[in-house]
Amino acid sequence: MSTDIERTPSEHSDLAAPDSPVPDPGVEEHAPRFTDVDERAAERAYRQIVGMLAAVPILVIGFLVAYFAVPRDAELMLFGANLKMQNTLLGLTAGLAALLIGVAAIQWARVLMSDEEIVGERHGAASPPEARERVLADLETGIEATTIRRRKLLGSGMAGALGLMALPAVVSLADLGPWPTAAERAKTIETTLWAEGVHLVNDVTYRRLKADELEVGQLVNAEPENLQKLEGTAYQQAKAKAAIIIVRMDPNAIRIPESRKDWQVNGILCYSKICTHVGCPISLWEQQTHHLLCPCHQSTFDLGNSGLVVFGPAARALPQLPITTDADGYLVARSDFTVPVGPSFFERDSSKDFQEGDR
Amino acid sequence: MAKPADINPSSPAMEVRTPPKQESPNKLAGPATWVDERIGLAKLLGNIRKVFPDHWSFLLGEIALYSFVILLLTGVFLTIWFKPSMTEVEYTGTYELMRGIPMSEAFASTLNLSFDIRGGLLVRQIHHWAAMLFVAAMTAHMLRVFFTGAFRKPRELNWIIGVGLFSMALVEGFAGYSLPDDLLSGTGLRFVDGLVRSIPLIGTWVEFFAFGGEFPGSLIIPRLYMVHILLIPGLLLGLISAHMALLIYHKHTQWPGPGRTQRNIQGYPFFPIYVAKAGGFFFIVFAVAILMGAFMQINPVWIFGPYNPAQVTAGSQPDWYMGFVEGAIRITPNWEWHLWGTTWSWNIFLPGVGLMGLLFTALAVYPFIEAWITGDTSEHHLLDRPRNAPVRTGLGVAGMAAYGMFWLAGGNDILATQFHVSLNAVTYFMRVAVFVVPVLAFIVTKRICLSLQRSDVERVLHGSETGVIVRSPDGGYSEAHRPISPGEAYSLTRHPQPEALVPNGKQVGRLRGRLSRWYAQGQVPKPTAAQIAAAADHAAVGTEHDAAALDSGDSGETH
Repeated sequence: MSTDIERTPSEHSDLAAPDSPVPDPGVEEHAPRFTDVDERAAERAYRQIVGMLAAVPILVIGFLVAYFAVPRDAELMLFGANLKMQNTLLGLTAGLAALLIGVAAIQWARVLMSDEEIVGERHGAASPPEARERVLADLETGIEATTIRRRKLLGSGMAGALGLMALPAVVSLADLGPWPTAAERAKTIETTLWAEGVHLVNDVTYRRLKADELEVGQLVNAEPENLQKLEGTAYQQAKAKAAIIIVRMDPNAIRIPESRKDWQVNGILCYSKICTHVGCPISLWEQQTHHLLCPCHQSTFDLGNSGLVVFGPAARALPQLPITTDADGYLVARSDFTVPVGPSFFERDSSKDFQEGDR
Repeated sequence: MAKPADINPSSPAMEVRTPPKQESPNKLAGPATWVDERIGLAKLLGNIRKVFPDHWSFLLGEIALYSFVILLLTGVFLTIWFKPSMTEVEYTGTYELMRGIPMSEAFASTLNLSFDIRGGLLVRQIHHWAAMLFVAAMTAHMLRVFFTGAFRKPRELNWIIGVGLFSMALVEGFAGYSLPDDLLSGTGLRFVDGLVRSIPLIGTWVEFFAFGGEFPGSLIIPRLYMVHILLIPGLLLGLISAHMALLIYHKHTQWPGPGRTQRNIQGYPFFPIYVAKAGGFFFIVFAVAILMGAFMQINPVWIFGPYNPAQVTAGSQPDWYMGFVEGAIRITPNWEWHLWGTTWSWNIFLPGVGLMGLLFTALAVYPFIEAWITGDTSEHHLLDRPRNAPVRTGLGVAGMAAYGMFWLAGGNDILATQFHVSLNAVTYFMRVAVFVVPVLAFIVTKRICLSLQRSDVERVLHGSETGVIVRSPDGGYSEAHRPISPGEAYSLTRHPQPEALVPNGKQVGRLRGRLSRWYAQGQVPKPTAAQIAAAADHAAVGTEHDAAALDSGDSGETH
């Protein structure tokens, strides 16, 4: 049988042909294995393989025992690690059983099945030219039968109609989510729960925070007091934007711009906890440098300098929440954030956000 | 004992119509005929003695395939109990530390699977380990195919299918580890929220459409569940079938060697050898996954706790196969454009969407670029030894180096804390390293390839070192060499060495000519038949001399 490779037109047919200074010595002679020449070796291999298979039922019984008899909360110390006993035993028995089946099958193929290499013929990927011509001719006959060549609108009409059917399919997806129009954005990603008079509360205990309870150098994770009224999805969505950190720094050691003089209370400043890079909650506080580092991608913000980016991939300063104290000395917000928290988005020009040199 | 009464064999009552006697002694012939008469089984099966060549590197793709099967099996088990719902519930299961804590149903059902369903934790861990194995095996398989040139004509389309499988596996893995709704997976989702938001023009729309509104919403986990258990597995299954069908159609490539040509395939028959070997190997891969699930903890979500949008842990990282994207995100400088009242977040879009797009596009088009550079239009069924394609090997290693640098950058915080170096310094270093290290890797790899080519020539001409040091009569020392077998000599010299295309203005322009020269130049010429003959003569003389010297112990004679 001739091959198609020979017939394939090629400008570099020399690549396909062997081009060796040494003649091809042909397929290597078959070397017999131990088990081919020594009947006792073959017998041993046979026993080994059957032995492996015979161990499988024992392991399966072990699995059943582990499943039904081992208590769920039993633990097992192994190599200094505390393992759940049932989990480990189930895996050990099932894993070893599978391993034995696999090894037995491969060993069987390796040492007992015939290992004579065989040679198969290979044909080029292309169809023979006559097959190609036949299909082209059939195609031609078919196209002729459709009369599409004379009645041209049939073709373009069908194509256009089919193409247009994509539209209902695509449009049906328009309700995947609310459309982020200007009005929708103003209600969602551009606003948070913070508003004038909302108390700052500890994010775990929901206790209000007194300005004079905070010490210089301290950082408190906080939330708006009205967050606890929400639950479920609304709670998570609100929390994902409203989370803040409160830090108290020595007012003389930090820079407070003119426009933000009354956003703070005796060096207590409040910033969004949501990174302006991709939105991770930031929490690594370097007390001495006043830097706040995001653990996700290491954007670093200088809280002693209006939350400006000092390092990393974030492009915008951390939004600062204007705060003051109420009549009893508890910290309250003066308003919502003045810019949206979290990552930038296309529709809003963030170049007017606070920058180095702003006052 | 009563004897049964004799029966008259000619009795009409006992007459039975027997079916015509089967010709074949094979017990399977009966049922096989039954099936064949209905569905044409023999035609369907084709040649069950199809030849498969044997080489360890051909197992890598098999591991990926078997991991996929394991993922399907364990995944079905997990769906029986997992609830893809973000509805808030109070945990009431047996894990004491979480009792009474509000969490999503998804997280609660994951805890339930881990603590209350017998075998649930094991299956969860097998599933996660198998997913790691799936991507790792695919990556290794892809590298094998790349470095041996197995992607060349006629297999370019199968290579593209493979790239599709690889890209989908990453998305599938990501969707999977987002489902439990623990702190780590929620952090990953939040990253994706920021990532899609950064897409120019449509980012906010994609974000709102994907999450059904603001992050996190209540829809993303049910939606990802659909993607994870239906959409992508379906696509993977279809593409894997196409991948296998093309593999069978093209037949396997084979390593060059004696008797192996572009027109034959040498190896062992599918039935029974590969049925046993491949079937056995499936069980071994499964066994490894099970044992990993039993002994190696993975994704202990009960330690991370339920997702809380105000929390994150230091050292948060995605599964390893997303590490290169993570690294790129970490080291890209904070570039943001502001045009006509809009914001273009290049700092996220370029390393996230851009880098993944670049990787998959570069992989998909490489076979065509190489064929264009070399002008090679012939079919290839014999593999290249990586050393014999130094530029391709260099490019591959450069790609691996770039991937590795991005991947390391994904752990820049871990590197900084483990090696007590400045995080900022690591980041700055990585910004440079992702460009410089690949270039160095290319140069070094190409030099290594050429050196290996040279050592092949040495070996063909002078044989292999015997380790026997011979002292010549005049006091010099030399090592005796043993000639290599004709088979090995053939294997080392049969590879084609492409020549550079000559620019002719029309088909081969200046750029193509230059690239072609760059691709072909520097190769160590193969020894010619004359050189081999001369070297053999010399060796024969030398051996006689050595033998004579050893025999006589006489030092007087010289040649």
